[in-house]
Amino acid sequence: MAQDSYPADLLYHPEHDWARIDADDPALATLGITWYAQDALGEVVFFDPPPVGTVLAKDSPYAEVESVKAVSDVVAPLSGEIVAVNESLTDNPGTINEDPYGEGWLVKVRLSDPAERDVLLDAAAYRATLAA
Amino acid sequence: MLAAIGVGSLAEIFERQIPESVRLGRELDLPTGLGEQDVYEHLRSLAARNTSTEDELSFLGAGMYDHYVPALIDMLMERSEFLTPYTPYQPEISQGGLQVMFEYQTAICELTGLPVSNASVYEGPSAVAAAAYLAKLHNGARRIVASAGLHPHSLQTLRTNAHGFGMEVVEVPLREGVTDADAWAAAIDDNTSASIFAQPNFYGAIEDADALSAAAKASTWGPSPIGNGGSGARPPVGGAGPVGGANPVVIAQVDPITLGILRPPGECGVDVAVGEGQSLGNRLDFGGPSFGLFAAREEYLRRMPGRIAGETVDVDGRRGFVLTLQTREQHIRREKATSNICTSQALNALAGVVYLSWLGRRGIVELGELLLARTHYARERLAALAGVEKLHEQPVIREFALHLDADVAAVKRRCASQGVNPGVDVHALSGREDDRGVLLVAITERRTRAHIDRLADVLGAAIAAERGAAVAA
Repeated sequence: MAQDSYPADLLYHPEHDWARIDADDPALATLGITWYAQDALGEVVFFDPPPVGTVLAKDSPYAEVESVKAVSDVVAPLSGEIVAVNESLTDNPGTINEDPYGEGWLVKVRLSDPAERDVLLDAAAYRATLAA
Repeated sequence: MLAAIGVGSLAEIFERQIPESVRLGRELDLPTGLGEQDVYEHLRSLAARNTSTEDELSFLGAGMYDHYVPALIDMLMERSEFLTPYTPYQPEISQGGLQVMFEYQTAICELTGLPVSNASVYEGPSAVAAAAYLAKLHNGARRIVASAGLHPHSLQTLRTNAHGFGMEVVEVPLREGVTDADAWAAAIDDNTSASIFAQPNFYGAIEDADALSAAAKASTWGPSPIGNGGSGARPPVGGAGPVGGANPVVIAQVDPITLGILRPPGECGVDVAVGEGQSLGNRLDFGGPSFGLFAAREEYLRRMPGRIAGETVDVDGRRGFVLTLQTREQHIRREKATSNICTSQALNALAGVVYLSWLGRRGIVELGELLLARTHYARERLAALAGVEKLHEQPVIREFALHLDADVAAVKRRCASQGVNPGVDVHALSGREDDRGVLLVAITERRTRAHIDRLADVLGAAIAAERGAAVAA
C-alpha cells in the first residue's frame, strides 16, 4: 500500500497496532499492524503466527514480524485468547505490506476485557502521535 | 579537525573527558626497544622452551588432535584475499569469501545429515552452549540434561552460559563408559529444554545415539510452535499450530573427523549437531584459534547463532552469495539476538572446507577406517601391558581411556624423558576424583603402527618403573 492510511473504523495502539471490533460480537476482535509499522519495517519476509489458544496481554508482545532489515515485536492492543490466525501469511508475508488492514490481518482474538478498548486511540489521535 | 570541534589540542580531549583521578600521569614503564635481530633471538629462545608434536611422539588429544595438514591449506589461507578481510557484510566485494562459506556450510550439512548449517562459530564448547540457548529460545523451558560424556570444557562452558540465561544443568552419569540409559530417560521431563550428549564421548566410547535421541523424544511434552512471539513463552498445553521441532531439543557434540564412518547425527534423531572443527585442516597451534561447526533441522533456522551465507541472484540474474537472515544477529536484534557472535573464525573454517575438499568423499571414509583399525590396535596393545586396564569395553574410533595402576603424572614424566607423550592426564584436566589414574590416548593418521609399538614399550617400562618405585618407597 503506497499511500499512508488509517481507517476511521479501527482502534489504534501507540505501538503501531490496530484492532477491529467485530460488528456482530463486541468481544471478538481482529488485530494487525498499521501502515506506519509496515512502512518502517520495509519488505516483510517472514511472519509465523502464534498458535490458536495463546493468551494475549494488552501492551505485551505476542508475535514477531521479520523484514529484510529488522525483526520487530507485535504488541497486543487488547487482552484475550487467539481464536484464529492468518495462515496465508506463512507463504505470503508481503501481504502485510500490501494490505495491512485487510488481507494482512494477523490474528483474531476473543477479548477477555472488552472495556480495554476505551483507552485505545482513534485514527486522528493515532495520526497525531506519528506527527509528534 | 580539532578546530572543527572547538578543541585546542589532542591532549585537551583527554583532559576534558577522563577524570584526573584515573589518569596515570606518567610515561609507561616499558624497557627500551630492541632491534629486529635481538627480538628474533629473544623470541626464538622463548619458543625453544616448548615441546611440540614435531619434537616428541605425541598421543595427546581430548578435543584437539594432531592430524596431518596438507601444504595446500597454508598456500590458500595465506592469500591476502582470504587472510586479511574481516566479516563479509559488503557482498559486492566479498563474493569469493561468501562462496567459500556457502560451500563450507554445504559440506557440514552433508557430513552431519542436517539441512542447515551456519558459517561457523568459535569452537566446540561454546557451540554446545549456543545450542542450549537455541533450545531455550525454541521452547522457553529451563532445564538442560547433559551427559557426563561431554568434554569437561563443554560442560563448564555450558554451566557458565546456562547460569547467565537462567537455565539449570543436570548431569547424567556414565555407566560402563557410555551415558547411563536409565538415568538419561529418568532425567528428561516436560521441563527439559535440551538434552545433550557427545558422539564419540570424552572417554572415546561410541554412544547409541539413536537410543538417546529416541528416549529424549519419548518424554511427555510435545511440539513447539515456531516463533512463539519471540517471548520464549510456553506453548499452550495441547495447542495446535504450525509443527515445530518436538521437545526437548536433542543436541549432539560430534567429532567431524568421525563423520565419514559413524552414522550422521541427522539420521540418528539429533536436532542440532555441534562440534570442534580443529581436526579439519587446522593445526594444534597451542590450542587455537579453530572453529566450531553448528548444523540443525530446518525448523530451528531462525534461532541459529552465527552468520549464514545464502545463495541468490543479482539484478542481472547472475548467481551471487550474501549473508542472509541477519536479523538474528546482534547488530540488528541487539539483546534479542540469537547470540553475541561478532568476530569471525572464517579463515579457520576455510582451512576446514579446503581440507574436506582435499580429502574428498572417499578420503574421509578411508581416514575413518584407518583410525578405527589403528585405534583398536593401540588399545589392545596397551591394555595388554601390566598395570594397564581399559576404562570401558565400548567400541572406540580415534581415542580411548585407560586406567593405570600408577601415578599418571609420574608415568608421563618418565615417558617424556624418552621423547614420548603417552596422552592426557584426565584428572589434571577435569579435576574429577573418578578420573584419577585415567590416561586418554589419541590416535591420528600421523601415528603409525611402529609409533604405537614404541608407545607400548615406553609406557610399559614407565609404569613398571613407577610401580617398582612405589613398592620400594
